[in-house]
Amino acid sequence: MATILDIQHLTVHFPINIGTVQAVQDVSLSLRQGEVMGLVGESGCGKSTLGFSINRLLRPPGRIVQGKILYHDKDIVTMSERELLSIRGRKIAMIFQDPLTSLNPLFRIDQQFMETLFTHEKGISKKAAFKRAEMMLESLGISRERLMEYPHQMSGGMRQRIMIGMGLILNPDLLIADEPTTSLDVIVEAQFLDLLNELRKQFDLTIILITHNLGNVAQLADRITVMYGGTVMELGEANEIFENPLHPYTKGLLSSIPNIKLDQPKLKTMPGSPPDLVDPPPGCVFHPRCPFVKDICREQKPTPFTRDGHLVNCWLYG
Amino acid sequence: MRENVEDFLNITDLKKHFPLQKGFIDNLLSKEKSFVRAVDGVSFSIKKGEVLGLVGESGCGKTTTGRLILRLLEPTSGEIFYRGQSIFSHSKHEMERMREKMQIIFQDPYASLSPRMSIGKAIGHPLSIHHNSSRNEQRRMVLEIMEKVGLYPAEFFYKKYPHQLSGGQRQRAVIARALVSNPDFVVADEPIAMADVSVRAMLLELMVQLKEEFDLTYLYITHDLATCKYICDQVAIMYLGKIVEIGPLNDVFTNPVHPYTATLMEAVPVPDPKYRRIQPIPKGEIPSAINPPSGCRFHPRCHAAKPMCSEHEPDLIEVSQGHRVACFS
Repeated sequence: MATILDIQHLTVHFPINIGTVQAVQDVSLSLRQGEVMGLVGESGCGKSTLGFSINRLLRPPGRIVQGKILYHDKDIVTMSERELLSIRGRKIAMIFQDPLTSLNPLFRIDQQFMETLFTHEKGISKKAAFKRAEMMLESLGISRERLMEYPHQMSGGMRQRIMIGMGLILNPDLLIADEPTTSLDVIVEAQFLDLLNELRKQFDLTIILITHNLGNVAQLADRITVMYGGTVMELGEANEIFENPLHPYTKGLLSSIPNIKLDQPKLKTMPGSPPDLVDPPPGCVFHPRCPFVKDICREQKPTPFTRDGHLVNCWLYG
Repeated sequence: MRENVEDFLNITDLKKHFPLQKGFIDNLLSKEKSFVRAVDGVSFSIKKGEVLGLVGESGCGKTTTGRLILRLLEPTSGEIFYRGQSIFSHSKHEMERMREKMQIIFQDPYASLSPRMSIGKAIGHPLSIHHNSSRNEQRRMVLEIMEKVGLYPAEFFYKKYPHQLSGGQRQRAVIARALVSNPDFVVADEPIAMADVSVRAMLLELMVQLKEEFDLTYLYITHDLATCKYICDQVAIMYLGKIVEIGPLNDVFTNPVHPYTATLMEAVPVPDPKYRRIQPIPKGEIPSAINPPSGCRFHPRCHAAKPMCSEHEPDLIEVSQGHRVACFS
């Protein structure tokens, strides 16, 4: 399968007054055309920062200090702003956590759809743009009359669907969805994930699904990347990650999530809390919480170990 | 007094309608007042030492119910009996006294701790209201409860301010503050919703452990059915201000009778890539509580709706021991 996006040794820092937040440290991962990659981790693990870097949308003082992001073999990191404009939004779309703050409350939905089209497709007629917006609404399962409404007239689930529609109206091939269902209720969340799965086939999308909810990725993702403290802990096929997790962090994470279908009387817990990224622990970032810690873990960063496409960064392996 | 004295907390036909603000013109035209029927006739009881999970989507009235129980809100109608006493018959001052024994844990540990109060002071605050013990004595009690919730070394955390703590530690501080006055009933309003996955499991376990240790009774308010499994004895499912199903946890989970409960159970994300949903999720979202649908409030979204569902409101009917459902089918 063709590689659509190849991230190599990406490092992102946020210099602040008390030091430098090492938000993403030496992350490498590549995306195959048409797959859904689940990017999983707890708050502050760098998953959103990674997502934002792909479109170069990092807020200052955040900046990419090292590494490459190759999109169809072109490096986004070094690309000119002009060139980037032909990719950002048009080829790589992004949707965010909170649909209420991502939509402009002062404009009708049709106006917001058309603005996107006018900006990116020069010379498109008003009529054609409106038609496109109508068609998009249909694929989202929203009746076309609602195009004339304002965001406040819609429910949270509908707004999130509008957001994804705006992302997709330019026919991108990569969609970065940053916690798209966090602000939604369970039933609406399930509806949204179903829709995402449909749209994925309809638009032939590659998706990066950034989430802390392992239940969501289980339903949708083909492969999963587990992040912790700005680094990749483990990466592999979704089934592999769930059935045969290798990294102690992944194991801990999986056993601490409630599963309504399983008969487990008690959840396992992981002692400790995530690392301070201004001053991350030396060696493996997970070592202060790791139940299997060895001397080498405290001193040296683990080197990646790969078996059958299942990658793990841990000294227990290799 | 009521007949059934063994009930620890008893709620009968509780209602809370919030009036909607009207515009000037509407006032002139003296249009009819409209209300948000946040809680619309809720009854349940909790036995001593039990945990009741109150589950529902946003806007179903679960938080309002929790607040009414502590009388942080005044009800439109209905009664709440705590240990046989009606809490609405108390004066404001008496109610303050009651809150020594009835406490609440809020969802957001960032908003529920004053940024200008040290952790030790914040936790000790209820004591300075309810106790007239000496300062040293209060300090000792605060340090003791801090150790119990896992904020140790307690001396170290005592002087810290909220911004110096992680989210999980803050929530532990909030739990400590709720427990310091030695209550016997705690309303936990989404206590773990803001926390990260690994921290959630820890907080949940802490709550179970503290419940045993302090002989507590909880009302556990949540939108997450899956976590109920680890803490609740009973669950009540709320939809648009009404309880649609209530019963022992196992009965409701293994045999969800109300179509809404079944949908909710089905929608919970399952962390297993091999799992496929048995039934598709129905379309549509929770309607507005200003003009709730007539009859059974779930009927517009219900796959089993019959003509009578839109006309009559179903009552809670017992389907098995202690398991009651409000549905015609």
